[in-house]
Amino acid sequence: MLKDITLGQYFPGTSPIHRLDPRTKLILLIVYIVALFLAQGWVGYGVLLAFLLFTIKISTIPPRSILRGMKPIVMILVFTGVLNLFFTREGKTLLNIADVIIVTEGGLTRAVMMMARILMLITGTFLLTYTTSPISLTDGLEALLNPLKKIGVPVHELSMMMCIALRFIPTLIEETDKIMSAQKARGADFENGSLMDRARALIPILVPLFIGAFRRADELATAMECRCYQGGEGRSKMKILRYHLGDMKAFGMGFGLLILVGALAALGL
Amino acid sequence: MSTPILEVTNLNYIYSAGTPFEHKALDNVSFAVNKGEFIGIIGHTGSGKSTLMQQLNGLLKPTSGRILLDGQDIWSDRKLTRQARFRVGLVFQYPEYQLFEETVYRDIAFGPKNMGLSAEEIDRRVREAAGFVGITEEQLQVSPFDLSGGQKRRVAIAGVIAMEPEVLILDEPTAGLDPVGREGILKNIESYRRAKNATVMMVSHSMEDVARLTDRLLVMNGSKLAMDAPPAEVFTHAEELVSMGLAIPQVTEIFLQLRSLGADVSNVYTIRQAVAEIRRLKGGNAHA
Ligand SMILES: Nc1ncnc2c1ncn2[C@@H]1O[C@H](COP(=O)(O)OP(=O)(O)OP(=O)(O)O)[C@@H](O)[C@H]1O
Ligand SMILES: [Mg+2]
Repeated sequence: MLKDITLGQYFPGTSPIHRLDPRTKLILLIVYIVALFLAQGWVGYGVLLAFLLFTIKISTIPPRSILRGMKPIVMILVFTGVLNLFFTREGKTLLNIADVIIVTEGGLTRAVMMMARILMLITGTFLLTYTTSPISLTDGLEALLNPLKKIGVPVHELSMMMCIALRFIPTLIEETDKIMSAQKARGADFENGSLMDRARALIPILVPLFIGAFRRADELATAMECRCYQGGEGRSKMKILRYHLGDMKAFGMGFGLLILVGALAALGL
Repeated sequence: MSTPILEVTNLNYIYSAGTPFEHKALDNVSFAVNKGEFIGIIGHTGSGKSTLMQQLNGLLKPTSGRILLDGQDIWSDRKLTRQARFRVGLVFQYPEYQLFEETVYRDIAFGPKNMGLSAEEIDRRVREAAGFVGITEEQLQVSPFDLSGGQKRRVAIAGVIAMEPEVLILDEPTAGLDPVGREGILKNIESYRRAKNATVMMVSHSMEDVARLTDRLLVMNGSKLAMDAPPAEVFTHAEELVSMGLAIPQVTEIFLQLRSLGADVSNVYTIRQAVAEIRRLKGGNAHA
């Protein structure tokens, strides 16, 4: 069912990772991604993987849920792997079928590394959205982007838009589920037929979905106006973001990781 | 007795099985429905009524248990599952949000078209279904989005009726309508039932409506089927119903109070019975 898509879903909890300031988590995610792209060899990847597993462990997110979230990217992963495997020609030839399919040592290494990189990238990102509620995520983002206000970027409005979008993803998924069931009850068939048939079968879902989304948007706008919402100017915060000791430790570890991986990469490991 | 049109045995259903959000929505539910019966389904919010209804036409697959339609398991064969969609028509809660076509006519025709009927047959069914729910000839050609809420609801119901299901299931068909709109829809359902000798199952939060219209009540409580009996019997268990977050019809309550005050009245469930009962009492007094 559509509901099983966990992309961007929040698992409430009180683990040390959950309690980190969202700004810390955002910055460290960027640090982690930079480190991931710096890494050159197996040792570097190993260090990053250890760090990732350690973070998953203390986040108390069930590994099964993380695996489930991977489902939508399996295709991308396979595609990347296959492309790198067959189209990199470096080093010793491991397999040669009629000079058409050639697998080289370099290709194999490259394929595995690219797949590992994507997997670790996605897992890290998931960890952020699994342990941070959408509200605090946008709060953190707004705080981090605040300096851009000086050059006229509507930071508050952008983060409010993001917040609302995130908030409505589960609602829209649920609504899609309901509409699909209702049209199936009238004999709509989404699984069989040609590509054209299937594309046409989407109309009975998309039309009510869009109408519903517009109706909701309208209602939300009215509700916000009734509460005198008028943008970021002079707006106070209910939760004020503060760094704690845990954040300092996390920063220490994150930047330590970056330096370590950078150093390893410089040594070609 | 002939075989029941629908038979449900030991039905269990679990949402999101194997995740932290696992929820048992149906717990060992069994019952049978005979052809031509009008069944009411009551139960508190979240008791699993909608989930149960979606099992009956094969939209949700039971975690365990069987659903027999005319004696055949609807999951035993793909063809039977698809047939169940058409033989058991399901009108969802707030069905007006599922309208999508440019005209009312085309929206009602969506179901029959999916059944692969001929153009003439589709046309006949659309017009007949529109007739049942009181949609006029002119309204058939307007956009469904230009209609009022109550009219939209009728169009949505007509969309299911047009498939001429043997069993018509309605999930809270009158929710959010004014008294006139509600009465209208209940009449529409009744007229379809009469004309086609159809079996009807209706989920409702109105004790008055189910007391007046249905032959039998299924009472859901916390994923379980708590009672399966005619309204007259169900409403004698007033306290039990209240403990399930339900109520008894207002007239029933008034007459229970009257009786506890010493009046010589029997239990009533509908306004009509109440009127008869009062007449009887007054007649009795006149004689005395
Ligand atoms: N798609 C779903 N995924 C997970 N849980 C669900 C889903 N749909 C319903 N549930 C849960 O199953 C239970 C039964 O829901 P259901 O919709 O059948 O109740 P209901 O009796 O129809 O209630 P209502 O009177 O509010 O319509 C509820 O606790 C609900 O939270
Ligand atoms: Mg319901």
